[in-house]
Amino acid sequence: MTVRTLDARDSPPAVPLGRRDPAERRIRGVRRHPARQVVVYAVLGVCAIGFLTPWAWMLSTSLKSPDELAAWPPVWIPERLRWDNFAEVFRQVPFLRYIGNTVIITVSSVIGCVLSNTVVAYGFACLRWPGRDILFGVLIATLMLPAFVTFIPLYTIFAQLGWINTYLPLIVPTFLGNAFFVFLLRQFFRRIPPELADAARIDGASEVRIFLEVALPLVRPAVVVVALLQFIASWNDFFGPLIYLSDSSKYTISLGIASMQSTYGFSNFSWIMAGTTMSVVPIVVLFFLAQKSLIEGVTLSGLKG
Amino acid sequence: MTALAPVQRSMRRATAVHHSSGYRRRRRRATFLGLAFVSPWLIGLLAFGVYPFVTSLFYSFTAYSTLEPPRWVGLANYAQLAGDERFATAVSNSIFYAVLAVTLETVAALSLAMLLNQRIRLRAFFRTAFFLPSVTPVVATAIIWLWMFNPRSGVVNSVLEAVGIDGPGWLADPSWSKPALVIMSLWRIGTAMLIYLAALQDVPRDLLEAAEIDGAGALRRMWHVVLPMVSPVMLFVGITSLINALQLFTEVQVMTGGTGAPADSTLMVAVYLWQTAFQNFNMGYASAQAWVLLLLIMALTVITFRLSRRRIHYGD
Repeated sequence: MTVRTLDARDSPPAVPLGRRDPAERRIRGVRRHPARQVVVYAVLGVCAIGFLTPWAWMLSTSLKSPDELAAWPPVWIPERLRWDNFAEVFRQVPFLRYIGNTVIITVSSVIGCVLSNTVVAYGFACLRWPGRDILFGVLIATLMLPAFVTFIPLYTIFAQLGWINTYLPLIVPTFLGNAFFVFLLRQFFRRIPPELADAARIDGASEVRIFLEVALPLVRPAVVVVALLQFIASWNDFFGPLIYLSDSSKYTISLGIASMQSTYGFSNFSWIMAGTTMSVVPIVVLFFLAQKSLIEGVTLSGLKG
Repeated sequence: MTALAPVQRSMRRATAVHHSSGYRRRRRRATFLGLAFVSPWLIGLLAFGVYPFVTSLFYSFTAYSTLEPPRWVGLANYAQLAGDERFATAVSNSIFYAVLAVTLETVAALSLAMLLNQRIRLRAFFRTAFFLPSVTPVVATAIIWLWMFNPRSGVVNSVLEAVGIDGPGWLADPSWSKPALVIMSLWRIGTAMLIYLAALQDVPRDLLEAAEIDGAGALRRMWHVVLPMVSPVMLFVGITSLINALQLFTEVQVMTGGTGAPADSTLMVAVYLWQTAFQNFNMGYASAQAWVLLLLIMALTVITFRLSRRRIHYGD
């Protein structure tokens, strides 16, 4: 068995090895099999076109005239690129205000998320205390709890606090940690060798100092990942703004676009799509700036340690 | 007993001091420190987790309009639910959508991951193309696809026409509206694909080589080696997306104006719940729906676990 394994690794692929069914030759690495390579690239190419088409459609629609909007077969490249559609968004709705509101909510949420989740994750990962594992079990259980079960009482709590039509219901909870982010950060804090913290403890450093000066710098990449994920979550959030914000001057971009769509409907779809394009741009830019961290974060979230 | 109690107490105190006062003090300090560090989450859990959870169960037994305090009505809300045809429609729509979407998403995401898990050029390009839609705002996604599916000037039907198919009305046609939502959900499989890709890269090479030496063809290696190795990840991703799919809301809210049109064919449980709570201000009845939704999610999760039990390989 061992001999044959070595044999297989060392010999060129053309040499037949014992029992070998004819279909097998095809699966041994793309590069060596042109026919298979063509199929793989063809499938990937078709999929890529499918995935990219909605973007092209979004851009194309946002630059169309009303006539081109209704044309059949669809016009892909408008005769004249109507950049004015983008200006129209600002004339029709207080879009600048939506952007400002979204930025305020998103930035505050990212700050709250970084402050709270790092502290909590450190408490779960690097400190040993009775009851820790039970509480961590509770934290994991809350990951499975569907948001729709609690939102009505949450709404009434925030109503009693007088927070309806303010940004507080969207921001304050981020300062109180998020089970998923705590879980993610804990994985990173746990990789820090305990000797490092112990050495600092012997030197008489307080736990807060160890957290800030020893542990936190070592998990910085993970903090970036969590901050990015919170940024995307807050920027994209629709349900929270929908139920908590009633005044249209307080709307976020997502809520603003959704209300544009339901108010102005199909005949104005060009400038609605221009607004949609503008809502997507910051996320796309962020995506390309931080793609590596994002992919790492997503991958880690799936392979739960 | 009572007479001895003070003696016992002082004895206990004496032993404690004797044996482990330092230990106890350290233990208490450690507990205090640990709780201090996790206190933000603990406060959040109690205020925005446990309390609303319990309250929501309480509300489900009341009539509550937010204007006046909740009034106890026993099981009346649940009795009303049992006879509510729109709720039955919503439950069946949600299950139909969730089962179809999660199944197709799993197959599609795993297939893409397998294609990318090979020595190919432009891998980074393909990965980016497939992943980008996952981080796009859901509202933007819904608006883009609303226009993609437009029967008279949208991309989807123009492509279908090009291959000789007369496309349906999609979101305007009760029998095609849910499939349209499922197709749209396939645009957002990038996250699942990345997770599968990482799992595929973790499949030990020597295991695959050993199978190959033993004469297993590509399909058999896929079925007997690769799939068992990634099956725990598939279960995790599948359950997560099932929970999300059963709470589908934003897409329907944006694409149908929150109505669940046409003919209630896209009326999901979460959409009906929102209508009940924020259009009819019937918070008690909406809470009962929320609890049925929770039970539905738990039931489907358990069924998924059961069905997959024999096929999941948890390592040795």
